[in-house]
Amino acid sequence: MSIWEYANPVKFMRTSGAILPWAAGAAAICTTGGLLWGFLTPEDYKQGSTVKIVFLHVPAAMMAINIWVMMLAASLIWLIRRHHVSALAAKAAAPVGAVMTLIALATGAVWGQPMWGTWWEWDPRLTSFLILLLFYIGYMALWSAIDDPDSAADLTGVLCLVGSVFAILSRYAVLFWNQGLHQGASLSVAPGERMSAVYRYPLYLTMLGFFLLFLTLLLIRTRTEIRRRRLAALQAREMRA
Amino acid sequence: MIALLKRDLALAVRAGGGFGLGVAFFLILCALVPFGVGPETSALRPIAPGILWVGALLSCLLSLDRIFALDHEDGSLDLLATAPIPLEGAVAVKALAHWVTTGLPLIAAAPLFGILLHLPGQAVPWLIASLLIGTPALSMLGAFGAAITVGLRRGGLLLSLLVLPLYIPTLIFGTEIVRRGMEQGSTATPLLFLAGITAGVLALVPFAAAAALRVNLR
Repeated sequence: MSIWEYANPVKFMRTSGAILPWAAGAAAICTTGGLLWGFLTPEDYKQGSTVKIVFLHVPAAMMAINIWVMMLAASLIWLIRRHHVSALAAKAAAPVGAVMTLIALATGAVWGQPMWGTWWEWDPRLTSFLILLLFYIGYMALWSAIDDPDSAADLTGVLCLVGSVFAILSRYAVLFWNQGLHQGASLSVAPGERMSAVYRYPLYLTMLGFFLLFLTLLLIRTRTEIRRRRLAALQAREMRA
Repeated sequence: MIALLKRDLALAVRAGGGFGLGVAFFLILCALVPFGVGPETSALRPIAPGILWVGALLSCLLSLDRIFALDHEDGSLDLLATAPIPLEGAVAVKALAHWVTTGLPLIAAAPLFGILLHLPGQAVPWLIASLLIGTPALSMLGAFGAAITVGLRRGGLLLSLLVLPLYIPTLIFGTEIVRRGMEQGSTATPLLFLAGITAGVLALVPFAAAAALRVNLR
């Protein structure tokens, strides 16, 4: 029993089909439960009710970065071991990641307006997320521009590798370029910087919920891609016959 | 490889417009900015380093698709791929030819256009130095983008979408050098960062670009 068995599309379809309803259910429970719990938390003494945006903002931002890392891993698996499911999973993850980045930017803007007095600030964190969004857009545009699926998978894989290096490089280059307004990590374990438990536990729940949501969407979209690939293969066979 | 460099340079010179167009675009860009922000020195001077760097970057972008497109059309790219020199080397030479035909004229023209934007004299050596160090990275990254999009019919716009985010670190450090040079501050840190980025790009990106070319030639 090894993880590479799921590189077989038939096996992947069977297993993912079995997991999917559970993942979807758990995602629904954790996300709605966490958001409701977050909504019922007391207001912060300084930020008032705007503190509740954190339950959308932090999980979305976390997923935006982690989805790119997952795409990087999937691209590497495709480039090294040529498993088609892996390439399709990377393709399927990109729009979800782009939307997560957008959610993080939008909720940040909504929070920033009352708290910082501005919708947008060229802060290193905000700027890096904008750059991350550009990388997502370029990645998706490249996928849609190339007809041959294998070339598309190869080229987007190479782009993902180079893009990852430059995304990290940009992250630290913008630190050099402008000083930050954004606060430090929300889940810092350092005493004194740590969030109050009232906010921390609902946040953990929504983070779990967003992860499960991503898993659900990823499975659905990868299954769609596999079916689309099968359909294309059938049509090609029909054409030859 | 030297023969390839000579051939690319000769083609660029004889095809005409290779040198001129990028610089002309750069000039127009620098001439348009004062219309947009106003002709006062106080308005132009603070943004001059940024405008010059962004202008150089965009002018560089203009001619990127020519790095591989013509050779792809007439089939000489396939010959290059099967030639006894490594494809990585061929890619690096082509990027070098692009830099000589696009980057060098831009560097020569940038101080002149700096006058248009009221760039103070003490910043000019830093402008030249930052462009000299930074533009090879722009050409090399551009060659990577061109290698990815070489087979596509509507590759031009996609090329800019893919390449421009990769230019961000170079732009940040390049502009910072000129700005600090203008204020007579210490330029060593951004200069070293920029040189580091260029060195890393020149060392590693040819492999990525050659990999992309091989996929497109398959």
